[in-house]
Amino acid sequence: MGFLSQAWVIARKDIIGELRTRETVLSMLLFGFLVILIFNFGIEPGLREENLVKPGVLWAAFTFAGILGLNRSFIAEKENDCLQGLLLCPVDRSVIYLGKFFGNSIFTLSMGLVVFLFFSVLYNVDLLQVALPLGLILVLATIGFAAVGTLFSAVSVGLKSRDVILSILLFPVMVPVVLAAAKSSGRILDGDPLSSAGLWLALLVVYDVIFLTVAIMLFDYAVEE
Amino acid sequence: MTGGDGSSAGEVSGGRQPAIRVRGLWKYFDHFPAIRGLDLELESGRFLTVFGPNGAGKTTLIRVLSTQIGPTQGEVEVGGCALPGQADRLRRRVGVISHNTYLYPNLTANENLTFFGRMYRVPDLDDRITALLEEVGLSGRRDDLVRTYSRGMQQRLSIARALLHDPDIMFLDEPYTGLDQHASRMLRDVLKTLHTGERTLVLTTHNLEQGLEMCDEVAIQVRGRLVFRENVATLDKAGFEQTYFDHVGKDFRWDS
Amino acid sequence: MTTVSPGSTAQPDATAAVADGGAGGGVTTAAAAPLPEPGRTLWLDILGVVAILSVLVALYGAIIWAPTEAVMGHVQRIFYFHMPSAWVALGPAFTIVFICSIVYLVKKDLRYDRIAGASAELGVLFTTITLLTGPLWAKPIWGAYWTWDPRLTTTLVLWFIYVAYLMLRSSITEGHSRARLSAVFGIVGWIDVPIVFMSIRWWRTIHPTLVTGEGMNLDSSMEAVLMLSLAAITLLYVYLLIVRVRQLDMGSRLDRLRQLSHLR
Repeated sequence: MGFLSQAWVIARKDIIGELRTRETVLSMLLFGFLVILIFNFGIEPGLREENLVKPGVLWAAFTFAGILGLNRSFIAEKENDCLQGLLLCPVDRSVIYLGKFFGNSIFTLSMGLVVFLFFSVLYNVDLLQVALPLGLILVLATIGFAAVGTLFSAVSVGLKSRDVILSILLFPVMVPVVLAAAKSSGRILDGDPLSSAGLWLALLVVYDVIFLTVAIMLFDYAVEE
Repeated sequence: MTGGDGSSAGEVSGGRQPAIRVRGLWKYFDHFPAIRGLDLELESGRFLTVFGPNGAGKTTLIRVLSTQIGPTQGEVEVGGCALPGQADRLRRRVGVISHNTYLYPNLTANENLTFFGRMYRVPDLDDRITALLEEVGLSGRRDDLVRTYSRGMQQRLSIARALLHDPDIMFLDEPYTGLDQHASRMLRDVLKTLHTGERTLVLTTHNLEQGLEMCDEVAIQVRGRLVFRENVATLDKAGFEQTYFDHVGKDFRWDS
Repeated sequence: MTTVSPGSTAQPDATAAVADGGAGGGVTTAAAAPLPEPGRTLWLDILGVVAILSVLVALYGAIIWAPTEAVMGHVQRIFYFHMPSAWVALGPAFTIVFICSIVYLVKKDLRYDRIAGASAELGVLFTTITLLTGPLWAKPIWGAYWTWDPRLTTTLVLWFIYVAYLMLRSSITEGHSRARLSAVFGIVGWIDVPIVFMSIRWWRTIHPTLVTGEGMNLDSSMEAVLMLSLAAITLLYVYLLIVRVRQLDMGSRLDRLRQLSHLR
């Protein structure tokens, strides 16, 4: 209990700072919109295959925009060497990981929701029909994304070329998440029930559980010197 | 000193047990030994200033003692906790003031202190923050963003942050860096109030004047070792500058 | 209390100073473990000769001795090197990265980091060979250089993961930081592999592939050549790994001596 409340203190600190500057979420959003816009030029409107491509566009936007937020997550801790101050606190390292993970999840999720909205307007999706299943997919994908992303963000934060390195590290490892999210949301957008994507949702859950556990175990090594 | 008992029980008694005990400490960065077989013992409640040129390993020493990095080799015991094994237990009792402030620039002073206070589970946090801000002379700026603070004010707030959980061991790593004369003076006044005899303090600096002012003991660190140690009461203060340069000068060519 | 003469702080003996700069946990003996002597050793040379000879024999078997595959023709012969390369990369090479990453994090001994780094380099090399020989074979048979076959796609993702691993290594200079951070990634990357494979397989099953790699009939002499190639490539991997690790050991030793010469 105290464990989670301490983690929440860290997440809350990140959220307060973010609400003040809105740097991270706004730049994530703008970037997500731009990805959708650019991809859109590659798709012939009214094409029969449009429905096959759309989920790919959505999740490409999610991934590219999400990585912007992860990049900032630990960079904020580098100013004034705050990470050292954080590591001096008498809490277990897993608490620090969970705190950063909560913060990153919330930022990614908020970005994802607005990008979904933008997407549904552009592609004429009946949001009311698909909101719940798509929301579930978004939450599951966000957890996997933030679980690995928070760990890798800590791994890369001390490097000179951290932005590029983080993308290079994260994208290949994210393949199952992007694939599962794109395939399952494709089903939903086609009007199929959520149960038709059961296999993919199961994959997302398995991914989330495995990598959240692994990341909690490994985070200590990512920050300890 | 009953080393075995003191360390295993780890109790905080008022006795003169050593707050810091270091034997044969080595710290490598790659193949570079930043600390090379350093020994140090300091009674609790004492104020030690470690002088040394840039690159002597002072910051490395502070970082090892304050649980921020692990030793490569050697015994380190701070406040009865063996490092790095019992770092978790020690962290609650250690405060660090460094030339980096550890403050979030996009949060206000109050938010920064509230955050760190909650991490340390400080009771009656609000009152504590009010009292500390008063002490460091920042009461009027409680709800201003740290970003808008001057360097000197940030450093004073950083002191408040380090004092939140009332640590009995404090490490001050070049706290004067980047401060103008006025700010240095205010910092010095605050530091004086910390030296109560209850609290163990270790300060590192390369500024002889500032370092000598308040401490009980001095040491000179050169090339990762303590090469000089003396009680201030018996120290030849006038001749200290010469002593310092004698020690540092010998190794000057390694310093570049 | 007076001046402490520098002599009173224990001067490190030569071996300790030359030893690996940082076995954690203050274990003196581990820090002082001597590195292998520089220079050649007979057993390694013999291993090298055996490895190269067996690759030559396997080449002879694949190109001349093995019968031509009935349907695919000569191009199928590339399979004898394609498949063993894939096996070495996906099997031993990346698994050793994973195991040595864990052992490093537990023991903080840089030797394991060097083994992990060397094995990753070889894994990427053999994955690259797999990815290059695959399309050469696929073009005449499937009519396309690339298909999003689960195994092919997984191999490609794998290649990206371990190239990322090597890039991460090359962007960190301090030995223990590099070891620590790349170990974290090496562990996560390896755990990800089966999940990547499952996800891609489901993806391709849902949209069935037009062509599959199945349905090749190997007669007993073909199987024998394949086994020989497998053994030869594995042997080559083992030999190259040992040579590379020794190189890295030597490099580390050199760095240390250079550092010492500055300090003395």
